[in-house]
Amino acid sequence: MSEYAVELNKITKHFGPVVAVDGISIFIHDGEFFSLLGPSGCGKTTTLRLIAGFELPTAGQVFIGGQLQGDTPPYRRPVNTVFQNYALFPHMSIYQNVAFGLEMKKTPKQETRPRVLDALEMVQLPGMEKRKPNQLSGGQQQRVALARALINRPKVLLLDEPLGALDLKLRQAMQLELKALQHRVGITFVYVTHDQEEALTMSDRIAVMSEGRVLQLGSPEEIYDRPANRFVADFIGETNFLGGTIRTSGPDEWVVMVDGVLPVHLPAGEGLRVDESVTVAIRPEKISIHVEPPDSRAVPGVVAEVVYTGTDTRYLVRLTERTMVTVRQQNIGVGPAVRFPAGVQVHLHWRPESARLLTA
Amino acid sequence: MLPRSRRETTRLLFLISPSLFWLTLFFVLPLLLVFAISFGQRGTYGGVRWNLTLENYGRFLDPLYLRIFGRTIVIALTTTLICLLAGYPLAYFIATRPARWRNSLLLLLMIPFWTNFLIRTYAWLLILRDHGLINTLWTGVLHNFMLWAAAAVPLPLWDPLVSATASPLPLFGSNLAIIIGLVYGWLPDMVLPCYAAIERFDFSLVEAAQDLYANRRKTFLRVILPLTMPGIVAGSILVFIPSLGAYVTPDLLGGAKSVMIGNVIYSQFMSARDYPFGSAISLVLMAVMLIGTLLYFRLGTENEVN
Repeated sequence: MSEYAVELNKITKHFGPVVAVDGISIFIHDGEFFSLLGPSGCGKTTTLRLIAGFELPTAGQVFIGGQLQGDTPPYRRPVNTVFQNYALFPHMSIYQNVAFGLEMKKTPKQETRPRVLDALEMVQLPGMEKRKPNQLSGGQQQRVALARALINRPKVLLLDEPLGALDLKLRQAMQLELKALQHRVGITFVYVTHDQEEALTMSDRIAVMSEGRVLQLGSPEEIYDRPANRFVADFIGETNFLGGTIRTSGPDEWVVMVDGVLPVHLPAGEGLRVDESVTVAIRPEKISIHVEPPDSRAVPGVVAEVVYTGTDTRYLVRLTERTMVTVRQQNIGVGPAVRFPAGVQVHLHWRPESARLLTA
Repeated sequence: MLPRSRRETTRLLFLISPSLFWLTLFFVLPLLLVFAISFGQRGTYGGVRWNLTLENYGRFLDPLYLRIFGRTIVIALTTTLICLLAGYPLAYFIATRPARWRNSLLLLLMIPFWTNFLIRTYAWLLILRDHGLINTLWTGVLHNFMLWAAAAVPLPLWDPLVSATASPLPLFGSNLAIIIGLVYGWLPDMVLPCYAAIERFDFSLVEAAQDLYANRRKTFLRVILPLTMPGIVAGSILVFIPSLGAYVTPDLLGGAKSVMIGNVIYSQFMSARDYPFGSAISLVLMAVMLIGTLLYFRLGTENEVN
C-alpha cells in the first residue's frame, strides 16, 4: 500500500493537437483536502477526469490507493465525483439518486435505507427523500450530489467546481461546511476550482496550474506568501509588480533599482548577479503608508487615486514615471477613512521579507 | 386552472372559432356520419338503409374478419418493434455525432422519402417478387454457385442447398413482404422523435451513472432509456397507427394471400359497396387504436420527468 491516495506520474493528455495536461506529477496524501487551482483551460478539470477515468492519459500513470488504474473504466474506480452541474438523475427521487451507487454495487436493501437516510442527514437534507431534483434549490441539489457521492465511501472524492453555480453567501457557507464535512468523514478530497479564495479557504495543499502544467504546489500560506513565479503571484490575490535591475548584492540585503531611479531593499536571494533584470512582487496589504519616512528603506511616492471600499481604503501611489503601486489599509477604527488625499506626497514602507524577488 | 371572466371566455371562443369550424366540418361531421352509417343496413343497390341495427358489429365477429384483424395487429406490432430496434440506434448514432453532421445525416434519412410512397412500394415489389432482384440472385448466381461447388467437391451437404436455391423464395405476397414495406415506409417516423429525445438528453448523466458504478448496460437501462422514453412512445405511436390502418402496402406487397384490415375496409366501400359494414370496421379499428394509444401513453409517461 502506498501512503498516497492519488498518485499522478508524469501524466500527459492530448486532445488532437491540443495539449491539455503536460507531464504533471502530483502526489496526494490520504485524508488531504487537495485543490487544483487555475484559470479556465489550464487543465485542472482534465486532470480530475483523468483520475475519475472519464479520460485516459496519453502518457503517464494514475494510481489510486496505490493501485495502477491503466484503462480501468470509471465504474470500477474507487472514486466518486461531484459534478459542476450536479448531474442528478431528473427521473428519480432524491432517495433513488442517493441510493444509486449502492444499488449498482448490489448492497442489500435493508442496509441501503439507513445509509441513504444517514447520508441525507449528513448534508442536512432530512425528509427530502421523496422529492424530485427539480423541486429543490440549487444549493439543495448540490448537497444531494454530495450525499450521492459520499454514501459510497469512496477512497477519493472528486469535486469539479461544485460551488460555481451558487451565490456568494451560500458559496462561503458551503466552503466552511465542505471543509468540516471532509474532516468528519476523513475522505481525501480533490477539489477543482478557479476561485483562489475558495482554494485558500479550504485546502490543505494547492496545485496552481496553467497551460497544462503545475506552476507551484504547496500549502495556501506558501502559495500566497512565497509565490514561485509571476503567474502565481498574479493569479493568487493581488500583487504589485516592480520591474528593475539588481544594483548591489550585499550578504544580507540587496537593492533593486526600480525603473533605474528608485532603490528598493530586499533580503538577499540566491543565484542572481548584479545588473540582472528582476521583478519585485509585493502584496498591497503588506505596505504601510506614512507622511514622514519611518526609516531609510522607505520609498517616496505621490497619491494618485483613493478608493474607499468599506473594509479597506485603497491608495494608488505613483512611485516613478512608469510604476504605480496599490496600497491597502484596513479601516480598523471609525472616523475619516481617507487619511491621504490624492496629490499628497507620502512614503511607503514594508518589511524586506514581505517583498518577493521573481525572475520570471 | 384560473377562473375566467365571462368576457374572457367569449373572447377565447371567438379566437378559436376558425379552427373549431374547420375541425367540425372536416373531422367531427364525417366521423359522426361514419358512426351513423355503421348502424344502418346495406341497400339493395349499394345505398344505406337507415334502420338502427347492431348487425354490422356482429358480422365483424366472424372468424374470417377476426383472423384478418388479429393478423393486422400482429403485423403492426412487429413493424413498430422492428422500427424501434432499427430506428432508436440510428437516432442515437445521429444524435451523438458532432452538431455540424447531424442535419446532413437527418437529411440523408429524409431524401428517399421525397419520392412518392406508391413508387417506393412498387420498388419493393420489384425487389421481392419471384423474378425480382433478390430471387434473381438466389436462383441465378447462388444456385449456379451451389451446382458448381457440388460438381467440384462432391459432398452430401450441397444437396439441400442446391434444391433450396432451385426455386424462388416465397417473399412476395407474404406477411414478411408487408412488414418490410411498412418498416421501410415508417422508419423516419420512429427515428425523428427518438432523435429529438436523445438530442435533448444530458450526457453528463451518463458520466454520473458510470461514476456511481453503473456499467454501460445499466447506464442505458436506468438512465438513458427512461429519459428518452417520451421519444420512444411518440415514435411507436406514429408507426403503429398508420401500420394498423395500412392499405397500399399490403395491397401491393401482400398479394391476395396476405390481407390487412385496411384492405377489407377498402373492399367494403369500393367493391362490395357495403358502407355500413365498412363504417363499423373503421370504428372498431379506431377504438382499438385509441385504447392502445392511451394505454401506451400511460406506460410512457409513468417514467417521464414531471
